[in-house]
Amino acid sequence: MNLRLEIVPRTAPSTQALMMVPAITIALSVLCAIVLFTALNHSPSLVLYSFFVEPFLDSYNLSEVLIKAGPLILIAQGLAIGFRAKVWNIGAEGQLTIGAIFAALIPITWPQSQSALMLPVMILVGGLAGAAWASIAALLRTRFNASEIIVTLMLNQIAFQILLYLINGPLKDPRGFSFPQSVPFPEAAMFPPLVEDSLLRANMSIWLVLLISVLAWVFVARSFAGFRLLVGGLAPNAARYAGFSANRAIWISLLAGGVAAGIAGVGEISGPIGKLQPILSPGYGFAAIIVAFLGGLNPIGIVLAGFFMAVIFVGADGAVLAGIPASAPVVFQGFILIFYLASYTLVNFKFRRVRGGTV
Amino acid sequence: MPCGPSQHDRKYTVIVTHLSEISSPLLQLRGITKRYGSFIANQGIDLTLQPGEIHAILGENGAGKSTLMKTIFGVHKPDEGCILWKGQEVQMDSPGQARSMGIGMVFQHFSLFETVSVVENISLTVLEPLSLLAERIRAKSEEFGLPVDPMALVHGLSVGERQRVEIIRCLLQEPDLLILDEPTSVLPPPNVKQLFGTLRQLSEKGIAILYISHKLDEIRALCHSATILRHGQVTGTADPASSTSKHLAKLMIGRDIPHATHAEADGEGEVRLAVHDLSYSDPDPHAISLKNIELEVRSGEIMGVAGVSGNGQSALSRLLSGEDVLPAGQAGRIQLLGNPAGHLNPEHRRKIGLSFVPEERLGRGAAPPMSLSDNGLLTAHRRGLVKHGLIRRTERDRFTERCIEEMDVRAQGKHALASSLSGGNLQKYIVGREMQLEPKVLVVSQPTWGIDVGAAAMVRQKLVDLRETGAAILVISEELEELFEISDRMVVMYDGRMSPSVRTRNTNAEQIGQMMIGQFGTVQEAAE
Amino acid sequence: MDTLVFVLAGAFATATPLLLAALGELVVEKSGVINLSVEGMMAVAAVIAFVITYTSGSHLLGFVGGALAAMLLSLIFAVLVLVFSANQVASGLAVGILGLGMSALLGRSYESFTLTAPAKITVPVLSNIPLVGPILFQQDLVVYLTIAASAGLIWFMQKSRNGLVLRVIGEDPHIAHNLGFRVLRTRFLAILFGGFMAGLAGAYAATVLTPVWSQGMIVGRGWIALALVVFGTWRVLRVVIGAYIFGALLLADLAVQSLDIGIPSQVMTSMPYLMTILVLALVSRDALRIKLNAPVALGENYRPAH
Repeated sequence: MNLRLEIVPRTAPSTQALMMVPAITIALSVLCAIVLFTALNHSPSLVLYSFFVEPFLDSYNLSEVLIKAGPLILIAQGLAIGFRAKVWNIGAEGQLTIGAIFAALIPITWPQSQSALMLPVMILVGGLAGAAWASIAALLRTRFNASEIIVTLMLNQIAFQILLYLINGPLKDPRGFSFPQSVPFPEAAMFPPLVEDSLLRANMSIWLVLLISVLAWVFVARSFAGFRLLVGGLAPNAARYAGFSANRAIWISLLAGGVAAGIAGVGEISGPIGKLQPILSPGYGFAAIIVAFLGGLNPIGIVLAGFFMAVIFVGADGAVLAGIPASAPVVFQGFILIFYLASYTLVNFKFRRVRGGTV
Repeated sequence: MPCGPSQHDRKYTVIVTHLSEISSPLLQLRGITKRYGSFIANQGIDLTLQPGEIHAILGENGAGKSTLMKTIFGVHKPDEGCILWKGQEVQMDSPGQARSMGIGMVFQHFSLFETVSVVENISLTVLEPLSLLAERIRAKSEEFGLPVDPMALVHGLSVGERQRVEIIRCLLQEPDLLILDEPTSVLPPPNVKQLFGTLRQLSEKGIAILYISHKLDEIRALCHSATILRHGQVTGTADPASSTSKHLAKLMIGRDIPHATHAEADGEGEVRLAVHDLSYSDPDPHAISLKNIELEVRSGEIMGVAGVSGNGQSALSRLLSGEDVLPAGQAGRIQLLGNPAGHLNPEHRRKIGLSFVPEERLGRGAAPPMSLSDNGLLTAHRRGLVKHGLIRRTERDRFTERCIEEMDVRAQGKHALASSLSGGNLQKYIVGREMQLEPKVLVVSQPTWGIDVGAAAMVRQKLVDLRETGAAILVISEELEELFEISDRMVVMYDGRMSPSVRTRNTNAEQIGQMMIGQFGTVQEAAE
Repeated sequence: MDTLVFVLAGAFATATPLLLAALGELVVEKSGVINLSVEGMMAVAAVIAFVITYTSGSHLLGFVGGALAAMLLSLIFAVLVLVFSANQVASGLAVGILGLGMSALLGRSYESFTLTAPAKITVPVLSNIPLVGPILFQQDLVVYLTIAASAGLIWFMQKSRNGLVLRVIGEDPHIAHNLGFRVLRTRFLAILFGGFMAGLAGAYAATVLTPVWSQGMIVGRGWIALALVVFGTWRVLRVVIGAYIFGALLLADLAVQSLDIGIPSQVMTSMPYLMTILVLALVSRDALRIKLNAPVALGENYRPAH
């Protein structure tokens, strides 16, 4: 008699398993990290200390956590709306880039301006530009049935090339010592610091992020429009039967992701960066996909997951000082998403022992 | 559980052992039990089949017929009981094994891949070089009168042609047993006749046939013997030719078929749903196109649409529901309460007063992974369930509770997932939900398809009750008996065309049968 | 003229990693699975192949090591998707991110190290033909092997029984299961094959094409490989042609930069992505064509019923 495990669907998702998923994910990821870093001759306790303890030790690090959490949460909120509708926007990185470029045109055009309108207009323009970039994918999907996965992926690369072209050409700072970057932005283009008169980089954009998260929660959990999108993702034929337009769902999904990523782009250039440069985001667009899933595609979960992921980013910066490679957090992110996806299976499936072979 | 011959059988075997070479049963099932979780699909089923015998497996939808056949065919293993093949106990581990032993099966849903050719499809189970195989396909197809082009892509074949491919695929393996699951549900009457001819020819050559159906007339015309299943158990065996339909029906459903009762409509109500000169080509070039459909349904009447499925009914129902829309220029070809509506989406049509119950309940009429409450929002959101774009959860739950109570839906409350309900209960829920919208026009597709008799009777009665409130009701159904029971007038669809309507009391099954093979002309006089 | 020959001849080499990875992904997608981790698998294979070749001096060992490393990643992907029924898009991205991180981590101390690339094979006589000779008959071994592999794959897809099984599993895994085919096993093998090919692609890029280690050396070639499969509408021959077009474009990019003829290099770099979007839109609008070529069940997980 041979015994084996079989995965069978649950009749209803298990809430208990749902609560356990983040714990299992983090525990297994930490375990893998320990093994990996031990193998690479780094002290695992040092790695864990710099990843999970150091970010909380001083105000500088906490401020850095806020800086990283902002774009991660913001983009993930936008993407999650689409993911719930099974619209796969993988192009947040490109939408962030395009949002940043267009928003940057304002301070680059009026580098001396002190107008209080500049930042709000930049946010608006950045959001719209991100949405416009995402709408290419929406148009091609709704008109030509072209997979948004491939199109948004390709648009990432193209957006990056546009940025490179602009900062090597038309938007290049003539006094920039031949570095490919734009002129630095005036103060009016920058988010005010969270704490006045300090050296901390954290800025007011985090409030914007939290406000948008609240709106995202209302949309997802309470609004009928959010319900329509969810039906479209879970049962497309039922959505069609009910009269919920599939094309509208695709448009809303991609535009939501584009707006969020575009604003996140403004958050970067009007926050820690202060100009256009080749690297606008350390992979926020992709990391936000992890945040969206890790947060269970739920706006509250995403806020928590975003902070968690930000801690890892910041911990990694600290770890570099301790001689731990800068790529360590990327590896760690990979582990997290892999274990999350594996353990999430427990929410909808359960393991059952079955007797195989002859009875 | 070891499963040799029982004590009784062993004695029997000793006595008849010298006879066994002459007439050993081809297949014997003993005590086959199959469970899905707590649900028992088959319980203690016994069955004996002789070579060349055409044996009917009769039962309602959900009685466990398909489960039993899949057990014989090795798709899944029984939890208890054993299978004897030519007198030997066997383990059916896979369909491949069943095929190699000489069992062929044609599923209700064909096992053909659309993007590859007929011969490639067949080569998946018949291991031979393609050129040789194509020749053998041609030979078999001539021998049994099943014309088919081996090189054609399956994508371009009609349903009837696909069935022929399936049968040829089985015959190429020279089977001793052929299992057919509801083979006539997709065929028009003349093709049914042709199929029966082929099956009798096979039987004469010694091939046994297990014929799954719930159509009594067919079984009485074709089969030598019958095993009747109800709720997963054998309720009897019978000689179909000498049994009455009434007797078989009683074994099948456990009581007489209940009937909805109502007086005939007066036919004086105003026209609520009108279809005029409706033609429509599906984007898929092989789907049936609708041709010049004319139809009027009045307030206070039930109009039945008969016909073998696949003759344009699904296109018609999608156009009526608004799941497919007409270009704005043709909007007037579908009129709801006098308004052009062909260009409107389902939400707009619902606003005017149209409700629709589709034949696919899970996945179309309801979103499987959502609660009944949320499924109420699909169509009832206009009825105070949404305010300022936000969902009013108390109202939503109240609405759903009313549906559950009104229709006696057996479910674990309003938060039960749609996928957790049985087919019948889900259908009751959906019908109840649509009735609560107080529709002025209701279109229902296959209202009782695949649900148990009790639920079916209730659904029919509710339709009649709704008619009494003045609603115009269009029922699209494959079940002729059902249409005769509840409809006031009937039309028939064939090859994308629609017959003129006839009063139900002025017609009979023979006449409708003629119309189902496209002979509308002979009944023009009966039409109004 | 020299520039033209340079581009046309060099395109075979620049196309090779694209083609290898795309052929692997094509097989994966034909089985009904989309694996977005090609970039990550190539990156890991690149670093492993580089380090092994650097320490052992053997390119062959480098290729073997690279292929094994990428297969290990594809194994993780296969377990997520086939055993845990995890979302294919997210799983591919997860494994891809892990691969990119691992590549950077492992290659850290090899930054800017160089290898000697293996010599090109000069086919006697034929390589002396003007124009055609240097283009077609002065390539390295892997280029020729990749062409042979493409031919083999055409045969496999169109003529072999296993290829037929792979295709039908991508069309409808449920029917395939009912006919007795082992859907998960076939998909498992297809995913591993995809990893193997991405591994060869990464190894070629790092040890033959540009034998200098730098972090992020795959520079989007994995994404181009994904695009190629769509560009070629899941047909091997069209993918081969697409690979050479894209390969030539990548080289033309270099040529344009050196000639300084006023086209920004970024325009050339964007071309493969732009062309992929255009082709995707053109082929997808024809529902019938996409139905007959694209794997119908692409991206849907299959779980056998019990």
